[in-house]
Amino acid sequence: MHPILKLVVQRVALSLLLLLAASVMIFVGTQILPGDVAQSILGQAATPESLANLRAELGLNDPPVTRYFDWLFAALQGDLGTALTNGRDIGESLGKRLGNTLFLAFWAAVVSVPLAIFLGLLAVRYQNRWPDKLISGITLTSISIPEFLIGYVVMYFISVKLGWFSSVAMINESMSLGQKLNAIALPVFVLTLVVLAHMMRMTRAAILNVMQSAYIETAELKGLSMFTIIRKHAFPNAIAPIINVVMINLAYLVVGVVVVEVVFVYPGMGQYLVDHVSKRDVPVVQASGLIFAAVYIGLNLIADLVSILANPRLRHPK
Amino acid sequence: MSNELKSLATKAAKGLVSRRDFLGRAGALGVTAVGANAMLAGAAKAAGPNKGGHLVQGIGGGESSNSLDPALTASSVPFGNLKHFGDLLVQIRPDGVLEPRLAESIEATSDAKTWTFKIRKGVEFHNGKTMTPDDVLKTMQRHSNEDATSGALGIMKGIESMKVDGDNFSVTLTTPNADLPYLMSDYHLVVQPGGGMDTPADGVGTGPYILETDEPGVRSLWKKNPNYWEGDSGNYDSSEILVINDATARTAALQSGQVHMINRVDPKVAGLIDRAPGVSIKSVAGRGHYVFIMHTNTAPFDNNELRMALKMVIDRKEMVDKILRGYGTVGNDLPINASYPLFDETIAQRVADSAKAAEHYKKSGHDGSPIILRVADGAFPGAVDAAALFQESARAAGIPLEIKREPNDGYWSEVWNKQPFCASYWGGRPVQDQMYSTAYLSTADWNDTRFNNPRFDELLLSAKAELDDVKRKALYSEMANILRDTGGLICPMFNDFVDAVSDKIEGYEPDPNNELVNGFAMTRTWLA
Repeated sequence: MHPILKLVVQRVALSLLLLLAASVMIFVGTQILPGDVAQSILGQAATPESLANLRAELGLNDPPVTRYFDWLFAALQGDLGTALTNGRDIGESLGKRLGNTLFLAFWAAVVSVPLAIFLGLLAVRYQNRWPDKLISGITLTSISIPEFLIGYVVMYFISVKLGWFSSVAMINESMSLGQKLNAIALPVFVLTLVVLAHMMRMTRAAILNVMQSAYIETAELKGLSMFTIIRKHAFPNAIAPIINVVMINLAYLVVGVVVVEVVFVYPGMGQYLVDHVSKRDVPVVQASGLIFAAVYIGLNLIADLVSILANPRLRHPK
Repeated sequence: MSNELKSLATKAAKGLVSRRDFLGRAGALGVTAVGANAMLAGAAKAAGPNKGGHLVQGIGGGESSNSLDPALTASSVPFGNLKHFGDLLVQIRPDGVLEPRLAESIEATSDAKTWTFKIRKGVEFHNGKTMTPDDVLKTMQRHSNEDATSGALGIMKGIESMKVDGDNFSVTLTTPNADLPYLMSDYHLVVQPGGGMDTPADGVGTGPYILETDEPGVRSLWKKNPNYWEGDSGNYDSSEILVINDATARTAALQSGQVHMINRVDPKVAGLIDRAPGVSIKSVAGRGHYVFIMHTNTAPFDNNELRMALKMVIDRKEMVDKILRGYGTVGNDLPINASYPLFDETIAQRVADSAKAAEHYKKSGHDGSPIILRVADGAFPGAVDAAALFQESARAAGIPLEIKREPNDGYWSEVWNKQPFCASYWGGRPVQDQMYSTAYLSTADWNDTRFNNPRFDELLLSAKAELDDVKRKALYSEMANILRDTGGLICPMFNDFVDAVSDKIEGYEPDPNNELVNGFAMTRTWLA
């Protein structure tokens, strides 16, 4: 078998094992949390009778191990079950939310990744001169401010004062692509500010690192222009760490944006998960948790593979 | 008022003269801005509601785990949804009077044990079926039978039997209850086809609006019911609820014109919002109250001197000023206030008295170990700050109060009704009997102060059967005094419902029963 293919198979198998471990941990976690779904649904209005009735109805009286394996076998057959709280099909509601989350993450990535890399290159080109300092200053400031605060500030000036974009980024199926993009303009802007610095700084650092090498000096002595050197010689050799950071940020855009979702009222996965955790709706938490874990593991897998493919030494191991 | 101004106001209300022109003209005639605005509102009402348009409400208090099942409704957004698609047998009007809805009339036997509701004819469900008394019976059965999971199960307990008799639906109680019709106004008891036994969460009812889209935790969209039994009472062609749980986002959505009204405005910013252009704050005193509750059967709170010390030390006025920013009223260690019928207003208001508190504390013989008060922000907005104020006042009287912060998550299942001393919130009930029966009767399910007073129980039962209001008021007054002086409830304040509404909306009259005109914005307000 080709070593690369073998590596992919190995990594995928390992990832599946990791997913299984994640599902066990999520399940155990939800069991440790105080209270159960019946109490959460009925809240302050619970009576011992209604609690007992609801517990029996939801099958909460089975031992946890039985419940876990029931869930696991159903999930392996593609049936994520129904939410305990409102009896809706999890696959269907989750699919909608996941679609929204990916939609937002995609457009945030489309804006932020090229911008971050371009700014990183620009910073290297003008290293320690004012463009470098300006770029670093702005991006580091924006990453240092909590995202909800940026969200509020942006909302106040752009939406309330200027009335340019909607502060409620609620999208639904009946909207056209243009309307959707208009609705998510503010969250995309905020997310871009949040993830820009990390990727930009890594691009800058990785390329600067390569720029110390002897072959860059040779290229310089050959008389190549600065940008050509960066583009043809430095960037390909710096790609591995950059891809790693880009992937971590993409994963963040998918799984870590619950605060931005809440501030801009965006119907994504984060809020969906949080609502169900607070209700102890285990099947939903399991399903969402697995998807988040899968996104993280998948993107890391891609990052690993790309860095291996980008590096001849790793591509042809002895 | 000059006739010129009157006719101008009518014209402005009809949109023939701009609002600005009217206000300018009124100013020129020497009418203050407040007076002119009030005139305009009055004229708008007289002109009758405008029809048409699309109403958008931004409501905090909805989760993606919500359902349209009335039995499971417990928060603001599902409540708003219920009001769109469902109707109750009876409903309480803003002035506290009971209004028949799906029941045309109500009759009781003289012992207040059997109640008969004459069910309205010609009412159609959204699925085209005609509502029958049998649907009413099945609905009530679903909320009261043994394996019910309804939030209304508690209030349906005293029912011995229910039956349908021709056009009538009748209820027989195990013990007399003069307030039974009020219990039937509980928001869970929406009449559904077949009682909702088969498809409880399909959002089909008899209400003024028909479900278009429901995305739990995101939004719900409704269109006007053309066959509504009450006629043309929906003022908008369509109505939408957006779930906006973040308070700042809710305010921004209102100010940027994406929603017409919002609930739960933070009292801290209500004043600022009221001064902002295009929106105004609407607050109304309700029956909800913020409380600290002690288990009267658990040491050290089983000692009434200690309970009195804690009641005497708390500064109610400071709480209303600092925690509610004035959007509320002081409490009197009772779950009842003047917005309840038959309330005795002569009961003396308890005020903070550090010296008396210290005296009671000394008499209690408490060993000086810290008294632990458990609190979380989720108990009520500002609960942690309120506890800190409480602690400061207690310190002045030499009472060692210690605050223990608890997580919001799991507060209602792990702390409330379990720990002996904690912060809590009560939404209030339409009548005194229901409030006392829910939480202060010794055998009540939610007796969260473990209050056990035989005389109190006895009075409550006799008040239930008493149809003479004067006598009932006297009974309630005695009960109130017992609870105030020996109970485990420290009630420092009643909170207002604080909503904010866009100037584009007319007809908004706050309803003390609940926020956002008790959920009836689509039938009671209209677009200017």
